Parts: sequence; structure tokens; C-alpha cells
Amino acid sequence: MKPSVFVHHAPRSVDEALAVLAEHGHDGKVLAGGQSLIPMLNMRLAAPGHLVDINRVAGLDTVEVTADAVHIGALVRHTQLERHEGAFVHLPLLRQALVHVAHPVIRNRGTTVGSIAHADPCAEMPAVLALTSGYVEVASSRGTRTVAARDFFLGPLESCLEEDEMVTGASFGRFAAGVGTAFAESTRRHGDYALAGVAAVVSVTDGLITSARASFVSVTPTPDVLDLSDLLTGSAPEDGAWAKAADLAREHVDPETDIHASAQYRRMLVGVLIARVLAQAASSSTAVAARD
Amino acid sequence: MTEGTQTPGTDAEALSAEPLVEITLRVNDVLHTAAAPTRRLLSDFLRHELRLTGTHVGCEHGVCGACTVLFDGAPIRSCLMFAVSAQDHAITTVEGLAMNAVQQAFIECHGLQCGFCTPGFLTTITAYLQENPAPTEAEAREAISGNLCRCTGYQNIVRSVLRAAEIQVLRAAEIQVLRGAEIARGGDG
Repeated sequence: MKPSVFVHHAPRSVDEALAVLAEHGHDGKVLAGGQSLIPMLNMRLAAPGHLVDINRVAGLDTVEVTADAVHIGALVRHTQLERHEGAFVHLPLLRQALVHVAHPVIRNRGTTVGSIAHADPCAEMPAVLALTSGYVEVASSRGTRTVAARDFFLGPLESCLEEDEMVTGASFGRFAAGVGTAFAESTRRHGDYALAGVAAVVSVTDGLITSARASFVSVTPTPDVLDLSDLLTGSAPEDGAWAKAADLAREHVDPETDIHASAQYRRMLVGVLIARVLAQAASSSTAVAARD
Repeated sequence: MTEGTQTPGTDAEALSAEPLVEITLRVNDVLHTAAAPTRRLLSDFLRHELRLTGTHVGCEHGVCGACTVLFDGAPIRSCLMFAVSAQDHAITTVEGLAMNAVQQAFIECHGLQCGFCTPGFLTTITAYLQENPAPTEAEAREAISGNLCRCTGYQNIVRSVLRAAEIQVLRAAEIQVLRGAEIARGGDG
């Protein structure tokens, strides 16, 4: 239960970090919050020869709200983003999902960008990034690029990052005013990995649904987005519409059976949860529209 | 990234050749410096290098919460951080709580049995009550949901959280009374 030997690098700037990755990336790993990586090191599921500890890199710990996005640096801890008032006001889905990320003590150290880079389909924030049509900023000594969420996640724990690249930030897209969002998940115990989770965004205009989308936690190999707009547009936001959406979602997901729950049970949960979050998102959309 | 398990024997060889780094931490308001390999977990650094064995190590992968310490005032898992990453930061362990309201409440409410998980509960609850000084029972349960206890069944720990909140109020009131008395004495003189 102790990590194997590694060389510890503590760069002070992104450029220094990228230089280390250029040389050792094939046998290296970036360490930010470490709340997923260090358990893997402790259990020796991973044994990289080099760790690039970016905790001393300056300038990566800011949350910035722009006209169309909430941008976070690679060292923004989950707790910091959860408590950020500007981020909450302009993209409530962030806090709605972040309170489900593990326990508060883990969120104090774990970073949101680290969770995205880890690409765990059982994590909440990759699903949120996907639903907000967000992107990640990727850097290497060869240059920088932005990668849309739909292109970033290739499979469970697998992203399109090259070995000399690191994620320096992520941008969650803001929704238009009047759009409602909600997040729900089901866990065995408070703070556990979700057996299934659903994030939803719905817009309601003049009492009818005009668009609806959802993304999933723990039941799809990558956090892809299910567009329900064709199915629901023009329907009233009520139980009949949510039941149709639940049928489609149960077909869409691809859960696996493990020690915690059967695939069949997870599929059933998806139906229950999506009906719940769509209704919540629609009512918050209506509420906002009514205020305007 | 290299994946796979370490073959037996290589660990001992690697250990003898493993370079050490000087690590300086402020623990319970005292500066400590010790040499350790960079892979030393903060939990082990506190226990082995600094001999502060109040911090307990349970699962070593962030699940049980026994190793929780305060890092610049906020609770973190000391088994999920390398000591070298904590360089120049302030750590509070259970030894630094100085018989606070939470500890008093655990004694009064029988909040511990074997005591193994207790240091993690005390640090977690201490930080929680600073931000939420008057929790409900449901909030108290949620506050301790990241800490495992195999003895108590949690009932008395929940009671301890609520009692600690009361004690904090009582102690604050006592301080007010003492200050008032001091002012009154000052007026007489």
C-alpha cells in the first residue's frame, strides 16, 4: 500500500512542467489533487517513473466567468469551484453536480480539471463538461490546442491526451438565460461512486419544451450527450414526456454489472433519475421564464 | 505511464538507493524539518519522521478518513498527499486540537470505542463546525459521511457533533462573562 519509487518534479511554471513531460512523458504522470492518482499509486495499479507535481505552478488556480463560459485552471479544487458565487449564478449545474463529487474532504484537495483528465466514466464532472458543450485546453512543448469534450473522452479512463501533453484548463459552456438544469445520482452510501447519475438541461418557452439534453454518469463508457429535443420539443413539461424520455435513455445507456449493482438495475435507475432531473430542470426553466 | 506490479525484492534495492529530500512543514504551529523519500505519504511522514502517531492510517486510499488532518485549515486525507507536496504548508493533526469542544463532546457522549477512527473524526468535525456552527442532526450525519467507524454505529458520534456545537456556544458565553468581569474589575480600580 505504498507507492513505488518515482522521480518527483516540482515545476514552477507551465513551461517547466511541459519540458519535463517532453522528456519523461512516456513514463510520467501529472499530479494535481491526486485524489484518484494517489490511490492508484498506493495500490500500485499505476507505477510511473516520474511524477510532475504541478501544485506549485503559478496561475492555474483561477475561476473566470465570461459571457459564454466558466473557465477554470488546472489547480482549481472542487471546493473552490463549488463555492464560487459567479460560477453558481451563471452556471448552476456546476454546483448541482459538484456536491455529489465524493466527500467534502476529497473535494478540498481534488481538482475538477484532474477529474476530467482522469476520464473516469463514473465521475460527475466529465458528464457536466460534455453536457455544457465544454472543452479542455491542452498544452505540450509542441504548442497548445483546445479539444471539445466529445473528442476528448475515448473510453473508460482513456482520453486523447498524448504522453507529452497536460490539460491546463477547462471551459464549461454557459446556457442561454431561462434554461433550466438539474443533476441527480444514486449511490449505495453518501459520497460513493454513483450506481447511475444523470445531468439534464431543459428549456421551456410558453409552457412547451423547446429543447432537452442529458448526459450520464457510470452507465456509458464515455460521457456522451443524449439529445432529447426531437422527442420532446412541443410537449408540455409533464409526466408523459418524461416517461418517453426515460424509455429512450434506458435504451441509450450501456451499463455494466459489477459487485455494486446489476446492469439491469442501473438501467432502471437511469429511467427514474432522468425523469426526475428533466422535471426539475424544466421547472427551473419555467421559473426563470416566469421571472422575466 | 508504466503499469504493473512491483516484483518482489526490487523494492528493498530501490529503497537503499532512494534519494532523500529535506521537507519542512509547520505542524501544530511548530516548524519541523526531516529527510524523506519523495514518495513518502504525508500520513507516514507525520507518523514515522515526526513521530506524531495521533494521525492513524486505515485504508491508505482515501476511503476510511482515519488519516484526516487539516491542511491550511481545511480537512484533507493525509494518505492522499505526498509530504513533499505539503512543503511550507500548515498542518494541524489531532495532537494540535488542544482539547477543543469536539474532543470534550466525544468524552461526554461516548463518541468513541476502540478509538482508531477518532483522530479523523475529530479533525473533520472541528473544521466542519467552524463553517457550520449549528448543524441539524441530518447535517451532522452528512458531515461525518466520509469517515468510517466500525465500533460505534455512529449514533454517539452524531450526538457528539451536536454536543460539540453546544459546547462551543457555552465556551463562547463563558469567555464573554469572564471578559465582562475583567472590565468590571478594571472599573473598580
